[in-house]
Amino acid sequence: MKKIVKYVITDILRNKIVLVYTLFLLAASFSVFSLEDNSSKGLLSLLNIILIVVPLVSIIFATIYVYNSAEFIELLVSQPLKRKTIWLSLFTGLATSLSIAFFIGAGIPVLIYQANMVGLTMILTGVLLSIIFVAIAMLATVKTRDKAKGIGAAIMLWLYFSLLFDGFVLFLLFQFADYPMEKPMIAVSAFNPIDLSRILILLQLDVSAMMGYTGAVFKDFFGTYIGIAFSFSALFLWIALPVWYATRKFNTKDL
Amino acid sequence: MKLYLLILFVVVCAPASSKTIKAGANEKYTTIASAINAAVTGDTVLVAAGNYKEHNLVIRTTIVLKGINYPVLNGEKKYELISIKADGVVVDGFKIIHSGVSSLEDISGIKVYDSRNIAIRNNILEDTFFGIYIQNGFNCSIENNQLTANNKEEQQSANGIHCWKCDSMRIINNKVTGHRDGIYFEFVKNSIIWRNVSTNNMRYGLHFMFSNDDTYVSNVFANNGSGVSVMFSNRIKMFSNYFEENWGDASHGILLKEISDGYMQGNHFNRNTSAIFMEGANRIYMTYNSFENNGWALKIQASCVDVVLEKNNFTGNTFDVGTNGSLVLNKFNNNYWDKYEGYDLNKDKIGDVPYRPVSMYSMIVEKYPPAMILFRSFITSLLDKTEKILPSLTPENLKDTAPLMKKAF
Repeated sequence: MKKIVKYVITDILRNKIVLVYTLFLLAASFSVFSLEDNSSKGLLSLLNIILIVVPLVSIIFATIYVYNSAEFIELLVSQPLKRKTIWLSLFTGLATSLSIAFFIGAGIPVLIYQANMVGLTMILTGVLLSIIFVAIAMLATVKTRDKAKGIGAAIMLWLYFSLLFDGFVLFLLFQFADYPMEKPMIAVSAFNPIDLSRILILLQLDVSAMMGYTGAVFKDFFGTYIGIAFSFSALFLWIALPVWYATRKFNTKDL
Repeated sequence: MKLYLLILFVVVCAPASSKTIKAGANEKYTTIASAINAAVTGDTVLVAAGNYKEHNLVIRTTIVLKGINYPVLNGEKKYELISIKADGVVVDGFKIIHSGVSSLEDISGIKVYDSRNIAIRNNILEDTFFGIYIQNGFNCSIENNQLTANNKEEQQSANGIHCWKCDSMRIINNKVTGHRDGIYFEFVKNSIIWRNVSTNNMRYGLHFMFSNDDTYVSNVFANNGSGVSVMFSNRIKMFSNYFEENWGDASHGILLKEISDGYMQGNHFNRNTSAIFMEGANRIYMTYNSFENNGWALKIQASCVDVVLEKNNFTGNTFDVGTNGSLVLNKFNNNYWDKYEGYDLNKDKIGDVPYRPVSMYSMIVEKYPPAMILFRSFITSLLDKTEKILPSLTPENLKDTAPLMKKAF
């Protein structure tokens, strides 16, 4: 397994896209921090980049990479290796390289300018988001054989998580305007890792006071250990469930 | 003739013959109460440094009560310290601690009952229920006092400087912390509040009710439970005050409720959840104020009429203006908005397209507070952008027709 992971990582590094991604993140974060006059503002601007760019790059890159390594996978399957090992090492390689890219690109500037709880939460959620979207991408690829369809599905999934889901939430709020929706909203947010990460980071920043009663309800929940445990386990579930399901599918897939 | 002159001389100089009475452990009068009783109109009672536990001192004659090196008056958590019931009394240089607590009698550190021309200055008040309480006073000055209380609960605390039914008051250079309201005005006319610092009070830094024709200048109100509240008053003027760090769920820099004919110039609003919250305000003119890093710079309810904002700076606020209806009877003109994305073709430093300070998302949040869950999400910024191009939900008339390209000052 170690060997395959190592091979996957070196292969990803060799094709330079991840390198460009790292450099882009580095440039974006440093310019954001040096443009804004106070660094907590910079953190807020960086939040947008992390919540949009990181999932997008992770899901698209991972999907295309898995499709492109179809022959490599076939070759590995013909060897005396378990399918589960092959699939998991592919996942580990992708997740590791993208997480490292994120950590170097955004994590280091954040640690330089804002090495506090907010910064750490941001780095952690960013890494988790990278892994989650690799996992989702692997699920998308294993479900569809057709490359164009698979990449299309990946883009749609990204669109869903970063835009459509929030639109749906807004619609839900309008429909149930007469009911207290604060608590159900906490549950709903668990269904979208991007929302969950955003709320986690915002609650660390003191903008939460602006959220009024809603913010107070969220803070009462997400501010406690139970809330933090809940949200991180939700994020881990977002990794574990797709990986588990994709591995099961891959085990029985006719290549 | 000489006799007449002599009589005239004696009459004119008679007040000058007032004497100075000393009180203290080593003086003729060992208690302050006995010295006050011995004093007649126009006398000065000098109190030496030391600890005094004399329950309640009542002043019924026009005297100057002056402490040397801050003699300590201790109320042992039972009594009111100084009660003034005569005109023209001066209380200067005391340290007043541990007054009693009673909401029934409004126990205070220093309380003035129905008197004129009182001066209370250079005192330190610690752990008092009400600090300085003026009841039905006229032409009184409260200067250079420091009031500190360590209250934990709003119900069991009272106000720092409390004026009720007064006229022509001067509240100058006092520092108030830890009380319920830092400075409280109710039915107070023609008064000035100048250079006071009111911080960390439980409820409001300044609380104003039914008080007309008052002015406050160069005060600092920071970190109070919910900022400053000005209600049901007419012709209030505010110059160069600082409203800062009033950050919390129900906090605002200043609440203007049912205010008419106000004038605000040169005030600074920094890091408040909402800098100004206006409800039922009429004919308020605001100019040269700066709004920085607030959650909402301005929450202006549809019940406000003829509020005019000219040449103010809005920078770094999350939302510039929030409102609750589509009716707009207020005017925005020549303000600087950092979120303005317009252009200036003729280079007259005034933007060519109007700026709409109300974003769609702030309208949505006003209607459906739980929508705050989508704060800073992709969809809300997308909605705001579409709304900017084609306004539908935001009030059509709420706009700055001539926004400035550069800061107004």
